[in-house]
Amino acid sequence: MIACNRRFGEAGVAKSSIHVRSAGGIERGFIVLVCRACIDPPCMKVCPTNALSKRIGGGVILNSSKCVGCKLCVNACTIGAIFWDEENEKPVICVHCGYCVDYCPYNVIRMEEIS
Amino acid sequence: MKVIPSKILYIDLSRRRFWIEDRKELFEEWVGGSGVAIKLLEEECPKNANPLEPENPIIFAVGPFTGFYPIASKTVAMFKSPLTGNLGESHCGGRSALAIRMAGYGAIVIKGASETPVYLAIHGEKAYFREASAIWNMANSYTVGRILRDREPGAGARTIMRIGRAGEKLISYACVVTETYRHFGRLGLGAVFGSKKLKAIVVSGRRSLPLVDPKAYREIYKEIFTLLVESPSMKKYHELGTSMNVNPLNELKALPTRNLKEANFDEAEKISGESFAKDFLGRRLACAHCPVSCIHLAALRMPYDSEPYFYKTKMISYDYETIYSLGSMIGIGNPKELLKLLDEVEALGLDAISTGVALAWATEAQEKGLISINETNGLNLKWGDAETYLKAIRFLVNQVNDFYKALGKGIEYASNIYGGKEFALAFGGNEMPGYHTGLAAHLGFLIGSRHSHLDCAGYSIDQKIVATGKKSTIEELTEELINEEAWRQILSSLVICFFARGIYKPELIIKAFKPLGMEFTEDSLKKIGRKILKAKYEFKVREGFKLNKLRIPERIFQTSAPAGEILKESIAKALSLAEEKLTNLP
Repeated sequence: MIACNRRFGEAGVAKSSIHVRSAGGIERGFIVLVCRACIDPPCMKVCPTNALSKRIGGGVILNSSKCVGCKLCVNACTIGAIFWDEENEKPVICVHCGYCVDYCPYNVIRMEEIS
Repeated sequence: MKVIPSKILYIDLSRRRFWIEDRKELFEEWVGGSGVAIKLLEEECPKNANPLEPENPIIFAVGPFTGFYPIASKTVAMFKSPLTGNLGESHCGGRSALAIRMAGYGAIVIKGASETPVYLAIHGEKAYFREASAIWNMANSYTVGRILRDREPGAGARTIMRIGRAGEKLISYACVVTETYRHFGRLGLGAVFGSKKLKAIVVSGRRSLPLVDPKAYREIYKEIFTLLVESPSMKKYHELGTSMNVNPLNELKALPTRNLKEANFDEAEKISGESFAKDFLGRRLACAHCPVSCIHLAALRMPYDSEPYFYKTKMISYDYETIYSLGSMIGIGNPKELLKLLDEVEALGLDAISTGVALAWATEAQEKGLISINETNGLNLKWGDAETYLKAIRFLVNQVNDFYKALGKGIEYASNIYGGKEFALAFGGNEMPGYHTGLAAHLGFLIGSRHSHLDCAGYSIDQKIVATGKKSTIEELTEELINEEAWRQILSSLVICFFARGIYKPELIIKAFKPLGMEFTEDSLKKIGRKILKAKYEFKVREGFKLNKLRIPERIFQTSAPAGEILKESIAKALSLAEEKLTNLP
C-alpha cells in the first residue's frame, strides 16, 4: 500500500491502488485487494463518460479529465479493487507498474503476463 | 517546509467534546512519540493526580517517521500509572501508529471520564462518542474486537484498541489490547481506560503525506527496507520470533524460574520458540508498515467437554516475555497449558508479565504459609498446575476477596500486607521482566524510567560480560545504561520499533529526516534524547519517585546470575550515581 502511494511523490495511503485488510480479524490472515487486470473489465462498461479505456495486457486506463466522480466503477468491480481518492474525488486505479512487488518480501504478489 | 505531525486531537470524555489544535512547535522541539507525550503529560496531568480519577489524562503519540519509513510502527501511550503511582509509559504496534497518523494526528489526548460506558470512533477529522453498555463486562476481549470490526468503517487502515474485564475492574496491570494480539501491556493503561468508562477506541484514516524531496525519499526508503529485510537479526525475529530467546537464556541460566528460586528451567525446551514453531505455529503477522513480521500465533485445537468430536481451534499469540512469565516463572512446562493461560490473559485483558509474576509470588507465599486457602479462595497454588492458575486468574479479575483485591494492585502492594517482600519480584512497583542475567539487568529495571528491560537493555550488557569476560566498573555500567536509555528516547520519539535499533543508527536517521525537510546532527539528536529522559525523570520525581527509596527484592542476590554475583553495595552505589546523573542531565 505504502509502496504504491510512494509513486505519486507522497507518503501515506490515500492514493494507493492496492489495499490489505484482515479476513475478519488478523488471526484469519489477510486479504490483498488489487486489480487483476480483467480482459473484459466491468468497471469500464459502466463508466458514463468513457473515462476508462482498455489497457493493453488487461485492466483499464483512467482519463482523469473525463471522470465525473460518480463512483459507478467502484461499485462495478466485483472484487472490490477500485479505491477512492477522497482528496481528489476520483477513483484510484492500478496501472500494473509492478512497483509494489519489489516491496513484498514474502512474495505474496507478483507480476504475470496475460496472453 | 518541514513535514512533521502537528495536529493533536483533544477529547474530553466528561463533556463529550473534541477539538483539534495545531502544535507544530511542540513536535519541532520534542520530535514526537515519547518526547511529545511527556510534555503533554506534564501539561495535562496535575501534580499528585489519582491515576484512576478523571484528572489522569491518556496521551497517545506517534512520530515524524510514522507513515514514512518501515518499522516506524509503534505508538507511545503516556499516563500516570495506577501500578507504580508515577510515570506510565507503554508502547504498542499493531496498526495503531499508522492509523493515528493517517487519521491526521501526531497525538491524541483523552481527558475526563464518561459516566456510562462509551467507545470512541475517530475517523479522520471526526470523533464520535458511541454507546458501549452492550459491550461492557463482555467476557472476552476478542469478541469486543469482532463487534467493533463489524460496526465501524475503515477496514485495513484502522486500529481497534479495547480493554477486557481486567480494565473494567481496575486491575492495576490491566492492558489495552489492539488488533487482538498487540498490547499497551505494561503499567496499567487498561485500568485508566476502565476508570474513564472507556471500553475501546477505533481510529481510521486514509491520507497522504507530502514530501520535500520525493526522489531522495524513495532512495532512502529502499535502503532502509533492504537493510531490514536482509538483516540476520530481523530474519531471526521473523523465523522464531522473540521466543527464540527461551533456549539461549535458559542455557545461560538467566531464565527466571519458579519465582526466581532458580534461573534455569528443566522443561524450557518444551516451551521454546523452536518447539512452538514445530508443533503449534499457525500464522506469522506483521504490524502495519513493518516487513519483519515477528508476531507469532499458535494454533491450539481444543475439545469441548460436552460432546465427542466437537472442537474449536484458537489462535494464540506468544512471545518470549509471556513464555517466561506464564511459563517458567510459575513452572509451566506443558506448551498446551501455557497457551491456555496466555489465551485467558488475552481474553481478560491483563498484562501477561505482571500476572505471571503475581501468581509466582502468591505461590511462594502460600508455600511458605504467609497465605492460606482462606486467602486464595480455596486454591492450592502449585508450580506447574495450570488448571489452578486459570482459576486464580479468574478470581483475580473478578476480585472475589480482599486477597485478590490486593493482588490486583500488584505485588509491591500485596507483599506490604501479606509479607514475602524478599521474594516479591517487582522493581519500582513493576513486576520483573524475564532476565536474570546479572547486575546490569536488575539495575536497568531499577533506574529505567519504565522499570522495564526495554528502557536500557541491561540484559544485553550482562550477556556481553558473559561472552567476553570483561567486567565494567559500577561507574561505567551506570553511564552505559543511562546513555542507552537516553538514545532510546530518540527511537521512541520517531517512533521506531526497538527491534530495529541496530539499523536506525544516528547517520541513517539524519539521512531519513532530509526528504522531510529536517536537519539534525548526531549531537543534536543525542541532546534531545537526554532532554526527553530528563523530562521523564523529572515527572517521576514530581510524583514522589526516589531512586534511593527503591525496594530491592532479596531474591536477586540469592539466585546466582551468569554475569556474576550481584552485590547489595554495587546496587546502592549505582543508584546514587544514577540519581546524580539523571538529575544533572544536560
